[in-house]
Amino acid sequence: MIVEVGHFALILAAFVALLQGVLPLAGTLNGHQRWQALARPTAIVQFLLIAVSYAVLTNAAVTDDFSVKYIAEHSNSLLPVQYKVASVWGGHEGSLLLWVLMLSGWTLAVALFSRTLPLAMVARVIAVLGFVSVGFLSFILITSSPFERLLPAPLDGRDLNPLLQDPGLVIHPPMLYMGYVGFSVAFAFAISALLSGRMDAAWARWSRPWTVVAWIFMTIGIALGSWWAYYELGWGGWWFWDPVENASLMPWLFGTALIHALMVTDKRGGFKAWSVLLAIGAFSLCLLGTFLVRSGVLTSVHAFASDPKRGVFILIFLVIVVGISLTLFAWRAPRATLGGKIALVSRESMLLANSVLLVVATGAVLLGTIYPLIIDALNLGKLSVGAPYFNAVFVPLMVPVVFLMVPGGIAHWRESRGKELGRQMRWPALAAVLAAAVILIFSERGTWLTAMGMALAAWVVVGLLVQIVARVQKPGRIPLSFWGMHLAHLGIAVVVVGITLVKGYEIERDVRMGLNDTVSIENYTFELVGLNEVNGPNYKAMRATVNVSKDQKPLEVLYPEKRRYFSTAMPMTEAAIDAGPLRDLYVSLGEAIEGDKPQWSVRVYYKPFVSWLWYGAILMALGGLLAVSDRRYRKSALSAAS
Amino acid sequence: MKARHQRFLLISLAVAALATAGAFVLNAFQSNLVFFFTPTQVFQGEAPKGKAFRVGGMVKEGSLKKDGENVQFVVTDFANEVPVVYKGMLPDLFKEGKGVVTQGKLNQGNQFAASEVLAKHDENYMPPEAQHALDKAGAAKAAQTYKPAN
Repeated sequence: MIVEVGHFALILAAFVALLQGVLPLAGTLNGHQRWQALARPTAIVQFLLIAVSYAVLTNAAVTDDFSVKYIAEHSNSLLPVQYKVASVWGGHEGSLLLWVLMLSGWTLAVALFSRTLPLAMVARVIAVLGFVSVGFLSFILITSSPFERLLPAPLDGRDLNPLLQDPGLVIHPPMLYMGYVGFSVAFAFAISALLSGRMDAAWARWSRPWTVVAWIFMTIGIALGSWWAYYELGWGGWWFWDPVENASLMPWLFGTALIHALMVTDKRGGFKAWSVLLAIGAFSLCLLGTFLVRSGVLTSVHAFASDPKRGVFILIFLVIVVGISLTLFAWRAPRATLGGKIALVSRESMLLANSVLLVVATGAVLLGTIYPLIIDALNLGKLSVGAPYFNAVFVPLMVPVVFLMVPGGIAHWRESRGKELGRQMRWPALAAVLAAAVILIFSERGTWLTAMGMALAAWVVVGLLVQIVARVQKPGRIPLSFWGMHLAHLGIAVVVVGITLVKGYEIERDVRMGLNDTVSIENYTFELVGLNEVNGPNYKAMRATVNVSKDQKPLEVLYPEKRRYFSTAMPMTEAAIDAGPLRDLYVSLGEAIEGDKPQWSVRVYYKPFVSWLWYGAILMALGGLLAVSDRRYRKSALSAAS
Repeated sequence: MKARHQRFLLISLAVAALATAGAFVLNAFQSNLVFFFTPTQVFQGEAPKGKAFRVGGMVKEGSLKKDGENVQFVVTDFANEVPVVYKGMLPDLFKEGKGVVTQGKLNQGNQFAASEVLAKHDENYMPPEAQHALDKAGAAKAAQTYKPAN
């Protein structure tokens, strides 16, 4: 009975969302303030209804109500309780419910934290979010309701996919979703600006903190996904150019370009049309990501049981959103002026170059991701685009982006004198040359790629030091957003170091090991000393004991496992990692090899600086956090509104 | 430099940069497309020699031979078979009688030297490419058995 309440609440929410879309928008057209004022209450009611619906499903999961088909398919009575809660978003239907919960949550946040905005603007933004919500709610209700019953109820559920039974999963999807959904707010602001024709700096200023918050979540979500793949898939890889990873990277790239374009719009009044286009693009890419991930056209851990109807629905939704947005853009954008003139060498020109490069990189990733799908859909054959394509394209496009971060930060707005800029870039340039020289001269395995990576990192770090020194010498309070920007840029440098060193110096060994066999990598020695059966709550595992020593001194004992889950016949590799700031030691257990003496195939990896990838992402997120907590936003929103 | 000249320079630089990037992307794209072939297509010699491609189907029952890291097995679409050699660890879900997709090149002995055996994430899951190969071979067989009756 209680399950039907959840379903009913969701249906009501769809109607409320429709009201939230239509009435406030109509109010802005006919000038009825009362209609516009309906935006906030409808947003609150919609959030409450969806929250009830979500709570009902979570309750069903925790209390093992296997008469609910979704719970029966994604949970199990033996599952630890935290994974029962997480199983709510472990499948297609539930994850969409989480999606709309977050969308209504973001809308609620807009409703609550927009007191300083003009009523008409709030009405438009919330109305646009209402329409987006209508789309997703009807998608759930028509094609993928998580409240369907399964009668008679099975005795036990099919269990959550073992790969997903992991602390990383508990937080990765919600974080990523917060990012995906968060870009809908940036989108709503852009559409509202187009609708109102008020394409001024105020619009960009209101939109900036929301965009940065969405970007922070997305950064963390992508990093968590990469970390999860690294330790859970047992291959030691951290980025596979899997279409699903690309689906999250593309809106992130657009979002990064958008944050910078919005800054120019806010501070200089330029790039207005460009900002709007980027906002529309970022949200469209989020929808495209949802389509790719949820339609079943892709094959990966994220592609749940597929139903062609679902793919078609999202595709139609995507076409409607992009179609309406671009039509509106074509109709309204000419009203927006281009902003002031900019010189060839200026901060604007470099920001523009960077955002164009980010868009081109997104386009290249998009091409590689959807081309196989299009060819398949047209029945022209089956093909795939390999990781070498993405590496060959992405790296050369990102190198100039990272390079331009330094002159872009140092250059003045509007026009910068080349000579002065050159003088300030002496130190970063020197650092870059030194870093490259050190790699080429002192490192045996250093290639020109490694040298370039380290040179870029040194360039960025010294570049931002130069900027900080210059700023500290100037009078005046330094705003938090200044530190936020440099922290985020430092994060980029840290990621570059991580990628460069792990690519350049990692050592991977696939070996056969019997008891008391040893393998050595660099000055580390791995010895297999034991193998036992262990029992987990819902699995049995073969656990190896591997003694690791460094220069003959014991360092650590690692326990890689091969698990077999009861509910499925599926074996699972649990890698054991000795993580450190300068290197990770990674051991994973393969299959048993039959012979006179029992042996196991074992993967032993030495991964220098791999954790820097995630440290860098954390720095970027912290930088974003500092930037949004700048009090300028609150103050200026007030002054812009009065 | 006049503003007009400067703008012209800016635009031509941008166009040149975009064109270079575009040419570069398409070139990398061309050389990294990996086509998929069914065992029947490989048998009929449609697959390229000396270029990487993918083969998918079922792992034939009883065909898996392991010698340490060296693995041999046969991929079948139940009409034709492709012998595969591979060096390395097989993914968790690799099993005889289950679907598989491998990427690699044909070697001198007309064996498929796989560089990658693709891991799947769910035991009940059938790689669409493998399914496609089975469907195609199944359809061809059905057509053949139909013809004599004709």
